[in-house]
Amino acid sequence: MSRNLLFKNLKSAAGKPLELAIANGRFTNVDGLSQTAEIIDGKGLTAIPGLVDLHTHLREPGKEDAETVLSGSKAAVAGGFTAISAMPNTSPIADTAGVVEQVFRLGKSHDLCDVFPIGAVTLGQQGKILSEMGAMHSSEAKVRIFSDDGHCVWDSLVMRRALEYVKAFGGVIAQHAQDPRLTQGSQMNEGEISAALGLKGWPAAAEESIIARDLLLNQHVGSRLHICHLTTAGGVELVRWAKKRGIQVTAEVTPHHLLLTDDLARSYDPVYKVNPPLRTEADVMALREGVVDGTIDVIATDHAPHPAEDKDCEWAAAAFGMIGLETALSVSYKALVESGLMKLEELVERMSGAPARIGRYEGHGSLSIGNEANFTLIDTDANWRVETLGIRSKSKNSPYLGMELPVTVRHTFLRGKEVFSQ
Amino acid sequence: MNRHLLSINDLSKEEAINLLDTAAELARVTETPVKKLPTLRGRTIVNLFFEDSTRTRISFEAAAKRLSADVINFSAKGSSLSKGESLKDTALTLQAMGADGVVIRHPASGAAHRLASQKWMSGSVINAGDGTHEHPTQALLDAFTIRESLKDSSGDLSGLHVAIVGDVLHSRVARSNVLLLRKLGAKVTLVAPPTLLPVSVSSWGCSVQYDFDSGLHSFDVVMMLRVQRERMEDAFFPSEREYARRYGLNAARLSQLNSSCIVMHPGPMNRGLEISADSADSEKSVIVDQVKNGVAVRMAALYLLLGGE
Repeated sequence: MSRNLLFKNLKSAAGKPLELAIANGRFTNVDGLSQTAEIIDGKGLTAIPGLVDLHTHLREPGKEDAETVLSGSKAAVAGGFTAISAMPNTSPIADTAGVVEQVFRLGKSHDLCDVFPIGAVTLGQQGKILSEMGAMHSSEAKVRIFSDDGHCVWDSLVMRRALEYVKAFGGVIAQHAQDPRLTQGSQMNEGEISAALGLKGWPAAAEESIIARDLLLNQHVGSRLHICHLTTAGGVELVRWAKKRGIQVTAEVTPHHLLLTDDLARSYDPVYKVNPPLRTEADVMALREGVVDGTIDVIATDHAPHPAEDKDCEWAAAAFGMIGLETALSVSYKALVESGLMKLEELVERMSGAPARIGRYEGHGSLSIGNEANFTLIDTDANWRVETLGIRSKSKNSPYLGMELPVTVRHTFLRGKEVFSQ
Repeated sequence: MNRHLLSINDLSKEEAINLLDTAAELARVTETPVKKLPTLRGRTIVNLFFEDSTRTRISFEAAAKRLSADVINFSAKGSSLSKGESLKDTALTLQAMGADGVVIRHPASGAAHRLASQKWMSGSVINAGDGTHEHPTQALLDAFTIRESLKDSSGDLSGLHVAIVGDVLHSRVARSNVLLLRKLGAKVTLVAPPTLLPVSVSSWGCSVQYDFDSGLHSFDVVMMLRVQRERMEDAFFPSEREYARRYGLNAARLSQLNSSCIVMHPGPMNRGLEISADSADSEKSVIVDQVKNGVAVRMAALYLLLGGE
């Protein structure tokens, strides 16, 4: 078992003085800690609960040249995460207990952060036949979130059944809202810039119409619906409306959709090609507002690693996606805290407490006594520059290369054990 | 002038007019018995075509040869978006061969930009059509043709009203023409079914009309765009017959155009679909002049991009 630790001179996310005592991998009373505890001076550092990502692509099994569970976990802890959720679009697809257990065990064996597999909603993510979600839930991986991410569960009947089915074990359906017919061959946000660039548009309505449908379906069946990576002002409006109406729904936004706009596509540099696409300034502002007022519950990375050759080409030939684990906190801080919209403690709630509750990831999301000691020490006064060499992810497709970002992660702890330090 | 010609936005109004003036001078040379100038002797120009386009390729080839450049034709159809060699590796190959200029035609919008902005190669890049983005030399040869027909071969295009008719959404010719015609002071009206216009077309600074028949007499130029028959499958329009009836240039519409109005088409034409045979062959048609002027305009582009070094 790990040593007893006593951190002194820390600050809480709210800026108050804080001491953290850890025994047997859990937070304990400072007073009750035996005198054998190692005392660590945390001067200048802010302690936050370990970040929790509900949307991570780890690429293993099948695309280990882009990322593995190990490299993704290293990137995660460097970004301050102690729990990540592995999306099922691997090869083979995580639509059976076998695959989710494999990913879960890989995470356990590396023991850097908790890796919670997300199961596919439908067999092969084909949108037709439900996968054995019950078996995945009962497996060692205890899958609670199901998603066909990368694909939308488009068939209304299949979506309805999926929502109903997971009620049996408290599962949540995380929908990638994208009408496939309206987005065939789409390359970027449909608007002024796509028109000028001659890149096929991805209209906001293709996202919003699915969100609206799913909200109404869930109003009818009363299950747990989670909307992945919201990107449009209209989507925020719909979720806000649904929450007011008492429809059970949670929603996420990515850090990149809180900071970047479709104007960046003018470079034709596929590092900015992502699905759903970067939208307009007005959308970015609406998304930020949605996070502030709680319409959007969580910030999730949609960390999507791709090898160099999948980005070092013309836009249409390039893969969708950008990495984000190592920059998520800094980018979100820049978009929401530096801009004066939120306090750090509120941001941490969106990146740790709320996602832990949605995923039912016990032991994460809180610094309370008795809880697992999953936490991160950050320096809010230290900026850093994003550079290819510093990236721990196997893939380097970050849109922030060369940018200076606020907030540096110094140490990450999983159950009292230091898993990252710089 | 910019080292590359990727978009009409790479040219200021003065540079565009200078290019047209240069083309006019070069056109006179090509009318002499010896059609050759020594300007680009010893320089290598690669025609890199990822898409079939014989007419554009031979136009560039003729232009380069009349400037005494060495020309290499590199047909790489389907080799990028499919499994073959990547655009990057093709570029590295051309760099190794010492290409001074690359004329690229590619099905992906932005391919020419990628070639010019990455450090894959050092030569000048001329965009000969990238996906549904731009085709700047086509717009320049169109402006040249309009100027020759209606403006006494000099100055800008102010005071002229140009209608661009058809599949604006997918047309690189339309995008480059809108930018250049407006830069040169012309008024532009887009005529198309709403399905074949970008949703945010209002930001283009053009008039838009859905009805081809209104204001026909007010146009000085009617530029017809090629319609791809397979667009029907994506529900852009119901049938060829309906398209031809509502947006085709036929004898009835031709007769309503004002007496000095010219008819243009970038080719290849779908006779009977967007343009009737009698319109294409009428005395208002300058379609053959467009082809002829293409060589002079491309000579001017190559000369101004490569000749000064």
